[in-house]
Formats: sequence, structure tokens, C-alpha cells
Amino acid sequence: MRLRFNFALGLLLALLVIAAAVGSGWLAPYDPVMDADLMNSEMPPSWEHWLGTDGQGRDVFSRVLFGARVSLTVGLVSQLINSCIGTALGVSAGYFGGWWDDLVNGLTNVMLAIPSLVFALAIMAVLGPGLPSLLIALGLTNWSWTCRIARSSTLSLKSQGFVQAAKTAGFGDTNIMRTQILPNILGPVLVIATLGIGGAVLAEAALSFLGVGIRPPQPSWGNMLTDARELIRTAPWASVFPGLAIFATVLGFNLLGDGLRDMLDPHMRTRRT
Amino acid sequence: MPAVDGRTRPPPAPTPCEAKPLMLRFIIRRSLQMIPTLLAVVLIIFVIFSVVPGSFISSLMAEGRNVMNAEVLAHLNEQFGLDKPLPVRLWDYLWGLAHFDLGISYRTREPVWNVIEPRLWPSIKLALTAMGFAAAVGVPLGFLAALKPGSVFDTGTMMLAVSGLSVPEFWLGLLLMYVFALQLGLLPSFGYQPGSIRHIILPAIALGVSPMALLARTTRAGVLDVMNADFVRTARAKGLSEPRLVRAHVARNVLVLVLTTLGLQIGSLMGQAIVIEKLFSWPGIGSLLVDSVATRDIPVVQGTVIVIVLWFLVINMLVDVAYAAIDPRIKVT
Amino acid sequence: MSGAPSDSVRADPVLSVRDLRIGVGRNNELLHGVSFDILPGETYGLVGESGSGKSITGLSVMGLLKRPLQVTAGSISFQGEDMLKLGRRARRKLRGDRMAMIFQEPMTALNPLATIGRQIAEMFVIHRGMGWSEARRKAVEALESVRVPSPEERARSYPHQLSGGMRQRVMIAIALACRPDLLIADEPTTALDVTVQAGVLELIAELCKAEGTAVLLVSHDLGVIANMCRRVGVMDRGRLVEEQDTKALFENPLHPYTRGLLAARPRLGSRPVAGRGRLTELDEVVADEERGREAPTLTTPRGLRLEATA
Repeated sequence: MRLRFNFALGLLLALLVIAAAVGSGWLAPYDPVMDADLMNSEMPPSWEHWLGTDGQGRDVFSRVLFGARVSLTVGLVSQLINSCIGTALGVSAGYFGGWWDDLVNGLTNVMLAIPSLVFALAIMAVLGPGLPSLLIALGLTNWSWTCRIARSSTLSLKSQGFVQAAKTAGFGDTNIMRTQILPNILGPVLVIATLGIGGAVLAEAALSFLGVGIRPPQPSWGNMLTDARELIRTAPWASVFPGLAIFATVLGFNLLGDGLRDMLDPHMRTRRT
Repeated sequence: MPAVDGRTRPPPAPTPCEAKPLMLRFIIRRSLQMIPTLLAVVLIIFVIFSVVPGSFISSLMAEGRNVMNAEVLAHLNEQFGLDKPLPVRLWDYLWGLAHFDLGISYRTREPVWNVIEPRLWPSIKLALTAMGFAAAVGVPLGFLAALKPGSVFDTGTMMLAVSGLSVPEFWLGLLLMYVFALQLGLLPSFGYQPGSIRHIILPAIALGVSPMALLARTTRAGVLDVMNADFVRTARAKGLSEPRLVRAHVARNVLVLVLTTLGLQIGSLMGQAIVIEKLFSWPGIGSLLVDSVATRDIPVVQGTVIVIVLWFLVINMLVDVAYAAIDPRIKVT
Repeated sequence: MSGAPSDSVRADPVLSVRDLRIGVGRNNELLHGVSFDILPGETYGLVGESGSGKSITGLSVMGLLKRPLQVTAGSISFQGEDMLKLGRRARRKLRGDRMAMIFQEPMTALNPLATIGRQIAEMFVIHRGMGWSEARRKAVEALESVRVPSPEERARSYPHQLSGGMRQRVMIAIALACRPDLLIADEPTTALDVTVQAGVLELIAELCKAEGTAVLLVSHDLGVIANMCRRVGVMDRGRLVEEQDTKALFENPLHPYTRGLLAARPRLGSRPVAGRGRLTELDEVVADEERGREAPTLTTPRGLRLEATA
């Protein structure tokens, strides 16, 4: 009962963000960058500006809507990269074993030892700010859990009858991995990916907040907070709403991920909530 | 099972008196195991930063700090060893690392260790305080939630936990700052004073919320797991009261389950702290890393990353040691 | 509704279960009115397939039913006292002291993080108010009594360092530490290697005989029941269908289900049952309409000498 409610709430929040990202062009009453109006800066929420205006008189509501584009793009694309890397490495390591397995395992341990935000920060320092850099930085630094799960699932699948049968039938290794193993590990990989989207959104916000992510004036929830932080005394709404947007988005994907996990693994229902 | 040779025979159970040297050997061996990981990290970081487009020198020029002629540039390159090929630089760096020498800061011209060292203690203090808060709140919450699964308290706590995992910590920090420092004036909004408890409260709470949420979830899951275990039924059949049961049989087994999360969290907290440190102007490793990235002070960036990774590895080694001490099933060899 | 067994009771029973019903809530009943008596020092067997309700009967006597399972009706009277009317605290005091239980899984039934000695000593600390050092000495004695070799050393071991048979001996030591009046043994040898099963059963029989402890032995294994029990109740689908002295039950099973159970036993060197040389499925022998009916328990009184009439 409660689980279904959580899942529904997660789905609702996620759909809301997607709607905001896709529809920001039509929904936003003002242009997020060009409609700066210094005469009307730091205005509290009103009928004209639902969520108030920021330090340069830009409409916070419009900027939050457009910020969804950045967050969602970063979240989905970087997590897709992570899932692909993690699955490819994990499945091949579990399937082939031997030195390749050792190498992948070692690499996974190294990746776990460097906090992903620190790693992403280092990569951003090299690549410079901007959306493509963010996608690369966050896409390359958070695949270790996917890899671990993919590897252990592959190991247990490898010994099972149907994989052995496919081997005996003379299927090639790539073919077996694609047709026999991949479909069976998609569930857990999807769960980690869903939870990872939330993590990527948080990381993007943090990097942009630090000034190495999305560069102003292009709106991102993270860099909106950088600006708003200076105005916290006079215009707290400029801080509250972008943060609330991050929170709602991440919460949505986290609830979605939890729900998916419980659906895929009913035994864990009571234990892992 | 016949023992083929001396090595295949399982070792006899260690008695308390011979456990100590075994443990020491275990610690030493685990420490040595960290070296390959650390080397790999250094290699990765080194390679990443050697492909930086535009060296430090050119960024200095771009800033117009110094009007440099070719002679000065060559001199600087030589001073920092940038004129040498990459493998030689890597070898020099590793050689220095073996002597606890992290190189020289581009910016301050000081040894990197001298730049890092004063930042170390504030960072550790913040990480441990945040973790203390997280454990002190998260573990009891998870415990209580698990004792009445499905209750309103349980549902509320778990909702709180998933929220805690979803909230951006720097935004939470900003809100805390706004409410407790600016509106109520109870606590200082930022900065660091060596002995001040008041300065650490807000950043520690902001940093501790996510590990707290994770600990609450892990503890709850652990307690539910253990409460369903057969040995708890045995303990009930023995006639133990619920409080005694929890104290004598549940708590330790839950601790074993929670320890991994606890260790991973403490270990990665120094890295997670970078945004909070920046927000609260906390003079720790994290803010040093961000500043060094901004100024492209590569030796300092490398040094801080190594310190952060080393902290992670050391904490995880300590967790393994704690495991070996708590769980008799883990063989200390 | 099955009535009380109308046998000539020679002593007051240790345990008297009357019309016991267990269910999930009010509607889903799993145990449909089970009644039986266990006399002091008697070994009583409950036999049946898995899911027949024998384990939950044992657990309900101990008061260890897990939610959502609960006793919905009937009475469990232990030494004349109705357990279901007793407070939680008073009932807890009886557990481990006057009645004890051994479980099927010796591998998981002991706390992996506590020494064997401590887990036995705990009994003396809780129920006898001893200090830990004294309790520990008694624990070593208890280990000796269940014939664990080098008990001093074993008391310092952890469960994972012991074999399954040894762990079950430890469980027996725990259960019998306070010399209870009733021991409930739920499939005590099912999870053990065949080679150690007999030893463990012998130990239970011997120790209980010495102390006059009554035993409720729950098992699906007719061989175990035949060796251990004086009286047997046969359970099927939440009902006690038949109760007789062991000898009588094997010689003259009254209920079709019991006959099926006996026929389904794999027997070495016996004639093929019903002309087929393979194991018999229970369903082939006993028709489904014979099972799960509302019917009184078929009983014969205790100690009745039966001539082989069948």
C-alpha cells in the first residue's frame, strides 16, 4: 500500500520534471536569460512573477523550468553512459574471468576509492565548464556499482543451465552475453540507473554551484543557487525554489528506483525499504 | 578430508592469546594492499592533468599576473619540471611520493604538504562530527522504525530517510544558515575557529543528513533481517525479555550489517564535504581542492585528491579490522 | 469438533491441548481444532507432511507464533495452567525454564557472534539468577552432559567452528539446561547428516528419560517417530486425524491418511506396494475426499494391547 504510494509519488515527480523540461519553451512566461529587468530585481513572489525575481530581475519560475532541461539531460545521459560502461565491463568480467576480471575488479575498486564528486571535479577542471564536459565527467565516474552488480549476476547466471546449454549449442560468446545474460541483469541495472539519475542531478547541481558546471547566464539549478546565495538575506525565494526543484527531482527518481527494486525483488520488500 | 599437505589443513581456531600478533599482521597486510589502489589513483590523476589544455603557466599569463618573457617561462617550466617528458615526470612524482613529498605548489611555491597539512584537521573534524551526528540520529531512528514495521513512525522515518538522501546538502546548508544564523542569530553563518563548537554545528548537520538517512535505512533493514533470524527465535525460546534479546543478540549482529555502510560513509565524507566546506568557508581539504582547481594549481589538486583517497582507504582498512574484531567468522590471517 | 481423547488418564498430563485453532486473522484458519495430552515423562510424536500444522502446534505451545499467525481459539494447559490466559511476562518465565524447544536448523539457530559457552550460560543467568562466571562453569558441565568432546575448549568456540551435529548437541544442552518438564523438538534431526541423526536422537531420549522430561517430537519421519515415541498423533491439513500408541498405529492404522502415510514410506527389500516397484505417492493411496474432512480424531486408549486384526 505504502510502497505503491511511494512509487506513484516518484512517478508523478519524475513526470513533472520531464514535463517541465520538455515544455519549458511554452510554459515559461519569460525568457530565462534575456528578460533581465534590473528595475524589478529581487521581487518577492507575485502574480506577475510566481516565484519572484532574482538579483538581475529575471523570472525565477522561468529559470527553474529551463533548469529542468539541464538537470534532466545531465541525469539521463550521464547515467546512460555509466550504465553502458558498468554493464559492459561487469558482464565481460564475469563472463570471461581471468586477468580481465582481475583488471576490471581492480579498476572498480579504484573508482570506489575516489569519491565521484571529487573525480568529476578533477575532470571538469581539465575539460572546462559546460554541458558536454558535465556529461563526460559524470558519465565516467559513477559506474562502479553497476559494474559490481552486473559482474556478480553474470557469475551466477554463467553456471546456470540455459547459459551452459547455449554454450553447448555453439553460440558465440558475444551472442550469449547479449541474448542470454543481458536480459536477465537488466532489472537490477535499471534500478541502479534510476537511483543514479538522482545522484547525477545532485552532482550536476553541486558542480554548477561550485562554478565548474553550467556557466551563467544559462540557467541551471546549481548556478542559480550560487547567485541566490549572495541574496539569501534579501531574496530568500531565489534560493528556496531552485533547491526545491532539485530536491523534488532527486526524490522522484529515488522513490522510483526504490519502487522498481521492490517490484523486481519482492523478498526484499520489508527489509530494504 | 585428508590433508594433502600442511598448507591445505584449516588453521586451528585462534585462541585469544595468539589473536593479537595475527591481528597486527592482518593490519600490516591490509595496509600493503592499499598501495596498488593508491598507485592506480595517482596514475589516473596524473594522466588526466597532463592532458590539460593550456598549462598552468599559460593560465598565469592569461590572468596577466606576470608579464612574462620567454626566459622567465623557460625558467618556470624548468623549476616545476614541466620541460621533462611525461613518464619522467610521473616517475619523479612517484619517487617524491615515496618520500612523502607531494611536490611544490605552483601558486605559493611552498611544498604541497605544507599547504595541505593545516587543512587536514578541520576536514577530519568536520567529517567526524557530521558522522557522529549521522550515527547518533540515524541508527536509533532505524532501530525504532524496525521494531514496529509498518507503523506510522516507521513510515514517517523512512519517508524522512529517502528525503534526506534526495536533498542537495548545500541547499540544506543554505537554508540552515538562513534560519539559524541570519533569522534567529543563534549560530555563526560561516567560518572556522579552532576551538569553536558553534561554528561546526551547521556544516556538520548539513553534511550529516545524507549519511544519517542512509544509516537509518541500513539499520532498519539490518534489524528486520536479524529479528527474522533463527537465532532470535532461539533466544525467545530461551525466555529472554525483549530488551535483553535486543541487547545480547540483536545489537551486535546489526552492527556487523551496519558497519560497512558506516565505513563507506566516513571514508567518502571528506570528498562529499567539498561543497559544504565551500559554502561555509570551512578551511578544509575540500575547499582547498575547489580553490586549486579554480587556479589550476595542479600539484595541490593532485595532493588533495591523494589525501582524500588515502582517507577513504585507511577508514576502510579500519572497518575491516573492526570486522575481524567483532565477527568471529572472519578469519584473520 | 473433536472431543477429548477418552483414555484412562493415569497421571495429570504435563501438557493438555484442547481444540486448538490457529489462524491468520479470524478467517484463514490453519489449524482446525487439535486436542491431545502428553503425560509426564512421555514422548509424544506429531507426524505429518510439511504444512500439516505440526510445527505451528509446537510453536504455539511455546508461545512463539510469529505475527500474523495467532491462536484463535482453544486452550493450551501446561501443568494445569492455561498458557493462553497467562501474562506475557509469566509465560516468558516458563519458556526455557519449564518448557524448552529445539529447532530444525542447527546452522542458523545459534547466534553467530557469541561463544557456545555464553549461549548456554545465558540460561542459568536468566532463569537461575547466577553470575556469569558460575553460569559459565555450569555451561561446561552442560556441554559435557551432551557429550561434546573437550567441553572446556568448545565453550570458547563460536557456532561456525562446530559441525551440524555438534551444534544440535549444543541446542540440546541449552534446551535441557534448566531441566524443563517439557521439551518440544521440531524436526531435530532433519537437517543433520544421516550418520549423526541416530546419536542426537539417542541423546534426547536418554537425557529426557533420566530427568523425566516429557517430549513433544515433531517430525515428518515415521522412522524417527517409531524409534522415539510411545504415542503418536497423525496430522493432516491442520487436523489431528488419528492418535494411538506407536505400536498400535503401525500395526493397525485407523485413518486412511495414516495408512497412506505408512504405505508411502520407502522400504528396502519390501514387496512392491500395489504391484508397483517404485515409491508410492501419497495421493495415489489416499483419496482426496478422505482428507481435510471435519471428523473426530480416531483414537485408541493408552496402553491398550491390540491383537493384529487387520
